[in-house]
Amino acid sequence: MNLSDSKKKLALAGVVCGLVAACLAFMGNPANMAFCIACFIRDTAGALGMHQAEVVQYARPEVIGLVLGAFIISVATKEYRSTAGSSTMTRFVLGMIIMIGSLVFLGCPLRMIIRMSAGDLNAWVALAGFIFGVATGVFALRRGFSLGRAHVTNKASGAVLPVLMAGILVLALCSSLLKASEAGPGSLHAPLIASLIGGLVFGAFAQKSRMCFAGSMRDIILMKNFDLFSVIVGLFVVMLAFNVATGRFVLGFNTPGIIAHSDHLWNVLGMYAVGFAAVLAGGCPLRQLILAGQGSSDSAVTVLGMFFGAALCHNFGLAASGTALNAETKEVVAGAVPLNGKVACIICILVCFAIAFTHKREEKK
Amino acid sequence: MKEVDARGLSCPEPLMLTADALKDAKEAVRVLVTEPHQRMNVEKYAKDHGKTPVSSEKDGYFEVVIK
Repeated sequence: MNLSDSKKKLALAGVVCGLVAACLAFMGNPANMAFCIACFIRDTAGALGMHQAEVVQYARPEVIGLVLGAFIISVATKEYRSTAGSSTMTRFVLGMIIMIGSLVFLGCPLRMIIRMSAGDLNAWVALAGFIFGVATGVFALRRGFSLGRAHVTNKASGAVLPVLMAGILVLALCSSLLKASEAGPGSLHAPLIASLIGGLVFGAFAQKSRMCFAGSMRDIILMKNFDLFSVIVGLFVVMLAFNVATGRFVLGFNTPGIIAHSDHLWNVLGMYAVGFAAVLAGGCPLRQLILAGQGSSDSAVTVLGMFFGAALCHNFGLAASGTALNAETKEVVAGAVPLNGKVACIICILVCFAIAFTHKREEKK
Repeated sequence: MKEVDARGLSCPEPLMLTADALKDAKEAVRVLVTEPHQRMNVEKYAKDHGKTPVSSEKDGYFEVVIK
């Protein structure tokens, strides 16, 4: 089964993944979040006790399913390759940056598309930052940026992250060790089995279609290639239809209850950092999970960097707050990015520039 | 024959190197990549640019000869 050899098949993969996200939103995942990689890694980090923000702690079966779905389909179709050794710790830092930028904006590129489909104009503003970030990454690639070669390693090495994810699933099913929010976004979720199946299906289709939100923009800017963009269009159309049909489409800024803020500069800069770092790392947060599932230890380390970044965001007060409605006064309380988050976001962008112009392809040195 | 050794490199480097090599190639170009999707990307790029790619699987990598 090859889903990446025509735009129609790629769009179909986007439609299937959009349906998965819509179903999970319908079954209880947070409104306007549905299937956010950054948010779900942050929640899972909370469930493991890596941070103590009580409203965002839940071992999201979607994240586990994505990695296991990619692992199973890549083994079944002989695409599993255990590789490692391409500037591993640099990738860890890029994972941290992707997470910090995402939590300043409040969502990964996938959630940005989902928020756009729900009429959230803040996400459309952030899209500009994401495109500029990707374009800056493309500029670095044209100047010879490279994280160097990965090498084939022991077959079992590439299976470590999938096994760890399976371990989290076992803990969620058979123990009370994991933390689980009783209020807030972490308490809103579809039934575990539905989330797991959704993650497995999403992971399998994402692996076969090479779905990547940073990659789609990168290919357009770099090679005027719209193949991967077809996936995003498919997903966006399904989510737009779902949001309109279920009355979840609310056009505007400062909409309470959807976990978003209207701090425009920081929406733009947050997603600028994400777009820039994702191009340097070779893929968006979703793509990193998929590559980790198909055997890349370098992507697995990037995923660990995202877990670490999520913990930093909540332990050091970097994450933005969403616009909310005060239950007593009925006043809208605007969400915002804290000072620590602003400083961290600027540092992240500077580190991206440092990485972009210090890692060169062998022949360009 | 011109050779592009893109084994182990992340996307989109294999495709960028292939595009560079094809720009002024008067002879066949041999491209080596590690991942199946990279092989497919290189094949598609070659076809889109009026070339004929011939692929084969080697020991742990793929060879695409573009004529």
